[in-house]
Amino acid sequence: MKTLAVAGRVLTQIRRDHRTLAMLLVLPCLLISLLWWMFDELPGETFDRFGPGLLALFPFIVMFLVTSVTTLRERSSGTLERLLAMPMGKLDFLLGYALAFGLIATVQSTLAVAVSVGLLDLDVNGPVWLLGVVAVVDAVLGTALGLFVSAFAATEFQAVQFMPLFVVPQILLCGLFVPRDVMPDLLGAISDVLPLSYAVDAMKELVGAADESAVWGDVGVVVGFAVVALALGAATLRRRTP
Amino acid sequence: MMKNVIEVRDLVVVRSGRTVLPGIGLDVAPGVTGLLGPSGCGKSTLMRAIVGVQRVRSGSVDVLGLPAGAKALRHRIGYQTQAVSVYDDLTVAENLRFFSRVLGADAAEVDRVVDAVDLSDHRNQTVGNLSGGQRSRASLAVALLGSPDVLVLDEPTVGLDPVLRRDLWQLFHRIADSGACVLVSSHVMDEADRCDRLLLMREGRIIADGTPDEIRAKSGSDNIEDAFLRLVEEAA
Repeated sequence: MKTLAVAGRVLTQIRRDHRTLAMLLVLPCLLISLLWWMFDELPGETFDRFGPGLLALFPFIVMFLVTSVTTLRERSSGTLERLLAMPMGKLDFLLGYALAFGLIATVQSTLAVAVSVGLLDLDVNGPVWLLGVVAVVDAVLGTALGLFVSAFAATEFQAVQFMPLFVVPQILLCGLFVPRDVMPDLLGAISDVLPLSYAVDAMKELVGAADESAVWGDVGVVVGFAVVALALGAATLRRRTP
Repeated sequence: MMKNVIEVRDLVVVRSGRTVLPGIGLDVAPGVTGLLGPSGCGKSTLMRAIVGVQRVRSGSVDVLGLPAGAKALRHRIGYQTQAVSVYDDLTVAENLRFFSRVLGADAAEVDRVVDAVDLSDHRNQTVGNLSGGQRSRASLAVALLGSPDVLVLDEPTVGLDPVLRRDLWQLFHRIADSGACVLVSSHVMDEADRCDRLLLMREGRIIADGTPDEIRAKSGSDNIEDAFLRLVEEAA
């Protein structure tokens, strides 16, 4: 019930902010079209190689940023202190955010997938709806990590800097640029414990061999990371602060 | 003697290496109690400790017979922080509806508190577009939701025009008349006479405690500002 109250409130706030809403929904479609255009004159199926990875990256990056900044705002404006002095469960608070951003991610990913498959001829061998599922799980992961790291940022500048710290290494090591199995052993091992690697694997699998059980396995790993990040996030929400 | 609603004993609070409250003790009974003292004397920290959001080093804070911050108290304390802690991008009514859902309060509460803080004409305006005084009243309205037994208000009247300030103090007294305990902080000494009881605070300690008349009589001054100065000089 309180989870829904938080989610409803967050969605109203985003609806009010037309520019943010437009960027959340339109930017991923534009960027994926840009990627398609870049590869248009090249021989081979290059768009099919990078497209799926990008579909996994957008929801993750965007939700990470949006969430870490919004929760930081909530901490600095005093609204979080007020909520925690009220009968508000920490988990209700976090799940409310996850639910709201999960819904936005659903719309965002549906649009990006529709553009990729419908307009840009991305070749998907697995079921298209599963592509959407992976994207949403990915967005929830971004939200969960964003919530967690916002606890360690004192200013919005710091929160934004967490992106190169937490997100860029994952993008580099997720297998988009160099397949994970040909990376140096140490880097391969690191990429094995980064959640984004599994999200990108799932997307690649859907476009490639389309072994659904492998996709669900990857989705499970991403969900696991998201749950751990949410639990850690809950642990950083303290009713009593120094 | 009325039973105390808030009891603070030997409370020590250290914030980033600085001892803000070096062992403060005080009692607050039902009625309107003013916590007066200069900026930086520890009023907000004390209020945060009473609400149960301040990490404390030692000592005890009891509210309504329970340790501050207890789960059962979260429905019963209304708290207005010094910052305007409402969502700037939502309207007054949307903010109140959200917080009333968190409290599990009746939807009719929203209309009641909007009227109480005289924001009926602005209820559908976005908080970010309101004036400073209106924003602060929107934040006060949240604290009033659900008619809590204890109201802890951190400088609710700062920056408001005199008419509005008088109206708010009348509101605090109406709330207190219905049996609640209202603790209001201010750094403006001329608000002293609006309180039933005063706690004068300086450098993390209570330097005087009593009705405005008692404090004036005890220090032999005509106004609370002079009384405050004399008490500080006597202590030195």
